[in-house]
Amino acid sequence: MSKKELLSGNEAIARGAWEAGVKVATAYPGTPSTEILENVAKYEEIYAEWSTNEKVAFEVALGAAIAGARSMTSMKHVGLNVAADPLFTSSYTGINAGFVIVTCDDPGMHSSQNEQDNRRYAKFAKLPLIEPSDSQEAKDFLKEAFKISEMFDTPVLFRMTTRLSHTKTVVELGEREEVPIKDYVKDFRKYVILPSNAKVRHYVVEERLKKLQEFASQTSLNRIEEGDPSLGIVTSGISYQYAKEVFPNATFLKLGMSFPFPVELFKKFANMVKRIIVIEENEPFLEEEIKILGYTDVEGKKYIPLCDELSPDVVRKGVLGSELPHPEPLKSVARPPVFCPGCPHTGIFYNLWRLKATVTGDIGCYTLGALPPYESIDTTICMGAGITNAFGFELARGKEFSKKLFGVIGDSTFLHTGIPGLIDIVYNKGITKIIILDNRITAMTGHQDHPGTGRTAKGEPTKEIDIKEIVKACGVEKVYEVDPHKLRETREVMKEVMELNEPAVIISERPCALLPEERKKQANRPKRKVNSDICKGEKCMGCIKVGCPAISMKDGKAYISELLCVGCDLCVQVCPFGAIS
Amino acid sequence: MEEVFNVIIAGVGGQGILTASELLAKVAMEVGLDAKKSEVHGMSQRGGSVVSHVRFGKKVYSPLIEKGACDVILSFEKAEGLRWVHYLKKEGGKVVLNDLEIIPTTVSLKLDTYPLNIEEQIREKTKAELIVIPATELAKQAGDARTANTVLLGAISNFLPFEEKIWEKVISESVKRETVEVNLKAFYLGKNYCKK
Repeated sequence: MSKKELLSGNEAIARGAWEAGVKVATAYPGTPSTEILENVAKYEEIYAEWSTNEKVAFEVALGAAIAGARSMTSMKHVGLNVAADPLFTSSYTGINAGFVIVTCDDPGMHSSQNEQDNRRYAKFAKLPLIEPSDSQEAKDFLKEAFKISEMFDTPVLFRMTTRLSHTKTVVELGEREEVPIKDYVKDFRKYVILPSNAKVRHYVVEERLKKLQEFASQTSLNRIEEGDPSLGIVTSGISYQYAKEVFPNATFLKLGMSFPFPVELFKKFANMVKRIIVIEENEPFLEEEIKILGYTDVEGKKYIPLCDELSPDVVRKGVLGSELPHPEPLKSVARPPVFCPGCPHTGIFYNLWRLKATVTGDIGCYTLGALPPYESIDTTICMGAGITNAFGFELARGKEFSKKLFGVIGDSTFLHTGIPGLIDIVYNKGITKIIILDNRITAMTGHQDHPGTGRTAKGEPTKEIDIKEIVKACGVEKVYEVDPHKLRETREVMKEVMELNEPAVIISERPCALLPEERKKQANRPKRKVNSDICKGEKCMGCIKVGCPAISMKDGKAYISELLCVGCDLCVQVCPFGAIS
Repeated sequence: MEEVFNVIIAGVGGQGILTASELLAKVAMEVGLDAKKSEVHGMSQRGGSVVSHVRFGKKVYSPLIEKGACDVILSFEKAEGLRWVHYLKKEGGKVVLNDLEIIPTTVSLKLDTYPLNIEEQIREKTKAELIVIPATELAKQAGDARTANTVLLGAISNFLPFEEKIWEKVISESVKRETVEVNLKAFYLGKNYCKK
C-alpha cells in the first residue's frame, strides 16, 4: 500500500509539484497561498524563491518554462492582479515546458481586501482552468495541469480557495517523475510579442481554446456521478464538498477542469436529469457558461448567495430553505486580531494617534493600526498604495494639509511595490512623508524572508538589500532612522519631519516581536507590574491607549498579564504617574 | 463508523489549537478513517478567535461542520466555547471548557463586555453535557504548562471511539522526543479528570 499523509491543500500542491518534476517555483507570500512555496522550498530537487512581487514571480517562472524547465508560480488572488500583465501575454506566447499558475482565492475574505473570483481570469486570458476539491485532487490535478500545459502549449490557471488551501485531508502519495529540461529553440514569432507576431498568435489562442473545449469533455478531471435523476448539480472546487454533504444522492456534474466549459459532457448530463442547479462560490461563472448554451431554466445564484463563502449551512438554506435543528446562538465577546505584545508597530501608531495625523496605510500586520485604540489609518487599498495614496492626498488638499500626513508601508511591501511610488513623489516635486515600518521580515503571512532580510526562501545567506540606500537612491534627501519603542524620540522626529518642505522618509527599525532572536531577549527581561496604589485606573487609561494585549483593566485598575507581557517598556513610558515598573 | 463524527476546537490565537486538531485528525487517520480538519490562518493568528473543525468517518465530504451537527466542542477559553454552542446537535453533545478566561482588549477599551455566567448559559440553553477542566493546573502537574492542549485532548478522548494505544502512538510520533513523557502524562491527567 502506498503511503498516506494528512496534507493541507497547499502542502499537497507542493508535493504535486515535486512529483510532477517541477524544477523552478516562485511566489510572493499572501494568505492563503503562502505555505505552497514554504513547502516546495523543502525539496532539494526544486529551485524555490520568494520573489520581490507577484509580477516578478510570474515572469521568472515563465522565463524558466520558455527556456525548458517545468515551472510553477503561486500567489493569492489579488497577487494575480499584480501579475496580470504577463498573464495575458503569456497566453499568446504559450510555453515550452509546462507552466502552472496557482491562484489562491479567499472567499469570505478571511485575510484579504476583496472577494474577486479569479476563475474569471481564465476566461479573460483564455487559459484552461483547473479546480481541485480536496488535497488529493490538488496533488493529482497539479500533475495533470502540467500535462495539459505541455499538450496544448499554454499556461494553466490552477485555482484554490482558502478552505482547500487550509484544510488537511488524507492524501495518497506518489513518486517524483524526473522530467528532463526540454530543448530551447529560439522562436522569434512566438516569444517576441511584437504586434505583427501577436496578431498571428491571437488566432493560435482562439484555435487552442476550441481544442481545449473538446478536451474538457473527454478528460477524467470532469465526470458525471450518476444518482437520483430528479436533481442534477453542476459544481466545482470546494463547493462540490458542500453540495455532496447536503445532496448525497443527487446526480453530479463534477468539474475539475471548468474552463473552457465541457459543452458535450454537460449536454449528456442535462439529458440525464430533470432539474439542474449550479452550486458555486462567489461569481456565477459556470451558470453563465450554461446559460450561454441556451439552458435558461438552469438555476444557481437564485438560491446560492454571490457574496461571502459557502458552507453546507448556506447551501442547505439556499436550496432547501431549511437548517438542521440546533441550539440558539449565545452572545460571546468580539475578539478581533491585535498587535502582539512588544510589537514594533505599537509605538508608531501610538504616536500617529497622539499627533492626530492623517495616515494612508498599506497591506500588513500594521493594517491593525486602523482599529481601536489607535484608529489612525485613513486608507488601505493594496500593496504599495500607502505611499501613492498619501501623495494623492497632498495633491488634493495642498502642502499645508500634507504636513500632518504620513504614508506608512512595511519593509517587504516597500520592496514589493513601494519604490515606484516613492520615486513618483520625488520626481513630481511632492513633500509627502513616508514611514517605512521595517520589522525585518514579512510578518503577517507568518515570517517569510524577503530581499531585505539577507536570507533566501531556502534559508541560505544572500546579499541584504539596504532599504535606506534605496530610499536615498530614489532621491529622498531627508532620511531618518528611529527605534519605534523610544516613544518620545520617535515623536520628536515625526514633528521635525512634519515641518519639512520636501519629501522625507522615517525608517522605523525594530524586528518583529515574534522572531526567535527577539523571543530569546524577551525571555530574559522581567515582566512589568502595576503598582495599584499609584495607578489612577479608569480615570487615566493611558497605558490602555498603547494597545498592548497584555494590559487590561481589572477591578478598576490597570493589570498586566504575566503570561502575555514580554517586558518591553512602552507602558512604563506612557504612564503619567510612574505606576508601572 | 458509518456516521461522520464532528469536533470543534476553539480558543485564542497562540494556545495550540491547531496542534491539538492535527493530533485528533491523525488519530482518526491512524485507524483507517477518512478525516478532514479545517481552519483559517492569517489575521486570526494575532490574538484573535481561532476555530478548527475536525471531521472523521467512513467518508467525509465538507471540511466545515454544519450548524446542528457538532458532537463535541472543545474550547481552550471559556467565551470562545460560548461562541460556537449553536453548532451543537440540538439534542445532546458535549462541551469541554478549559477553566480560563482571556479578556480581549475590546473589553478594556469598553467597546464590549465579557460574557457572564458562561457555564450556566450553556447548561440552560443547550442539552449538551458540560465539563469544565483546569487544564493549565493539570498541565503544570504533568510538568509543563504548555501541555494544556494535550490535557484537553485527554479530556475529550473519553467521548471519542479511539483506543488509548492509538492516542499514545500518535502523540509519541507527533511531539518533540524530549516532551513525549510529559505529554502522555498530561493526556492521562485530562482523561482521568473527566472520568471522575
